[in-house]
Amino acid sequence: MSEPNVRTAERIELLTADTSEGAQELQRRETTNVNELGREVGAVLRLDGLTLDPTSVDFERRDDETMIINMGPSHPSTHGVLRLMLELDGEFVLRTKPVIGYLHTGMEKTGEELSYVQGATNVTRMDYLSPVINELCFSMTVEKLLDIEVPARAVWIRMLMSELNRISSHLVWMATNGMDLGASSMMIYGLRERELILAFFEKTAGLRLNLNYVRPGGVAADLPDGWQDDVLVICDTIYARTFEYDELLTGQPIFRNRMIGVAPLTAEEALALGVTGPLLRSTGVAWDLRRAMPYLAYDQVDFDVIVGTYGDNFDRYAIRLNEIRESIRIVRQCVEKMPGGDYRSQDPKVTPPPRARIGESMEALIHHFKLFTEGFRVPPGEVYLAVESPRGEIGCYLVADGGAKPYRLHVRGPSFVNLQAVSLLMRGGSMSDTITVISTIDPVMGEVDR
Amino acid sequence: MIALSPAAPPGVLTSEGLAADQCCFPTPAQYFALVASFRDDDFEMCVDVCGVDYLEYFDRWVPDGVVRTRFEVVVNLLSLSKKQRVRVRVQAGDDAPEVDSLFTLYPGTEAMEREAFDLLGILFTNHPDLTRILMPEEWEGHPLRKDYGAGRVPVQFKESPGPR
Repeated sequence: MSEPNVRTAERIELLTADTSEGAQELQRRETTNVNELGREVGAVLRLDGLTLDPTSVDFERRDDETMIINMGPSHPSTHGVLRLMLELDGEFVLRTKPVIGYLHTGMEKTGEELSYVQGATNVTRMDYLSPVINELCFSMTVEKLLDIEVPARAVWIRMLMSELNRISSHLVWMATNGMDLGASSMMIYGLRERELILAFFEKTAGLRLNLNYVRPGGVAADLPDGWQDDVLVICDTIYARTFEYDELLTGQPIFRNRMIGVAPLTAEEALALGVTGPLLRSTGVAWDLRRAMPYLAYDQVDFDVIVGTYGDNFDRYAIRLNEIRESIRIVRQCVEKMPGGDYRSQDPKVTPPPRARIGESMEALIHHFKLFTEGFRVPPGEVYLAVESPRGEIGCYLVADGGAKPYRLHVRGPSFVNLQAVSLLMRGGSMSDTITVISTIDPVMGEVDR
Repeated sequence: MIALSPAAPPGVLTSEGLAADQCCFPTPAQYFALVASFRDDDFEMCVDVCGVDYLEYFDRWVPDGVVRTRFEVVVNLLSLSKKQRVRVRVQAGDDAPEVDSLFTLYPGTEAMEREAFDLLGILFTNHPDLTRILMPEEWEGHPLRKDYGAGRVPVQFKESPGPR
């Protein structure tokens, strides 16, 4: 540690010393300590339990035998602005370090400045492929602090919308994954099917992305007339087309060769790294919050948790493809069982008066105005609540101080945590597998950087 | 004043008798051993590590005997086999908040601890690579601190074009 340019926590003054990305980057081996080197080669969990085994770090290699290259932040296959620094020996990857933060916009800080009414608009922009589920997580956290009940219809609408959102998110994943592997027709098909869902979102909520549809107390609007027909058409179309994807990808030899057996992950590794979602399920751990810790009305619908065996790229692909089918099953049950009644809580504290009342009642007008300018106050307390997003467990930790704004809003983004598996998955793989590994981890950079 | 989940058992230092999603409040010295005991007690996953700056709430509710400090590190642990969550809130300190890193127990906390360091300036002892993660390296200060002046850097917008 005598190297003068290495910045560590002990020498904070050096952290701001110059204007490069500096210590965040992948350093040369001679300036990297054993622990960090171990993490970069993915040696976090060898042998006895989770202790770092220094012997699994390849010390023989000298810096002049290897090459450190940059991938990203604006590489088309990095799904946004992910930057990976790779140490290569020929074509094989020795060390990997993700460098993130290029999309950091301080959304947690912004969340402290926005009232609870406005908060959903903020969190919906984090994971921009699953906006409904972000809003759901935030809204349920606020509702838990407020201790209010959401009407049954709102619960089922939320469930319907989250599952449609899960389908659309997985479709985008199928599309981009196909593109990353050179199957560019999959890109077109995936986005074409997603368009059906986005059109339904627009009809329901008025917006295609970042809906701000799920809000504390219920949802923003009731489902449009004839929604059952729309949803059933979406279900039938996409369900039939998942079998076309099977033909296009699942059995295709080139696709299989690049996916099967590439970048396997074991259950112990996944658990130790805190990895959730399809990545965790691909290792054989049947952990889905919808089943394990049911929220909304997931305990009243029938669906299977899809589990893989080997934890390789192909398992992760197969899980997402089959989760689309399971989500369609849930959506169909939502259509069948959708209860009547209110689509939002009638608690005047969180719900504005109906539009018609505003024209005739001064009090209703004031109520409406106060609610949207000042917001509502939430009793003090702190809550952590998690739901299952298409990428894993999305959690919201909220500290309320009794005012109309959160004192601290922290979002546990599944992509942020899952991305740590990159070093482990890439070790020893070839350079071209990097693309498939990033793709099957499915990070959404908006959520990673927040 | 910040009250807290009333079920929080005061000063609980073992995992016995904890119901779902409850809090315990170890001191920084007890923190690592407590989390280690949770890990041995089938809490397989550490889902979240974050920091909170309670600058404006030194009078918040904590169990008797717990010394309030400005910074708190909040750790959420999850047991898959027991379907249970537990929250560990450790009082990290006032001026130079510092706690042990959980990296050797849960390697997945690496990025989350870096985030807490980056945004709140909490130091984690024995962390393998405690550098900024979201902010640029040359950034001064820790943005999520309550005394950090948001908007203190004036932003120069272009003037609107004058009348033609």
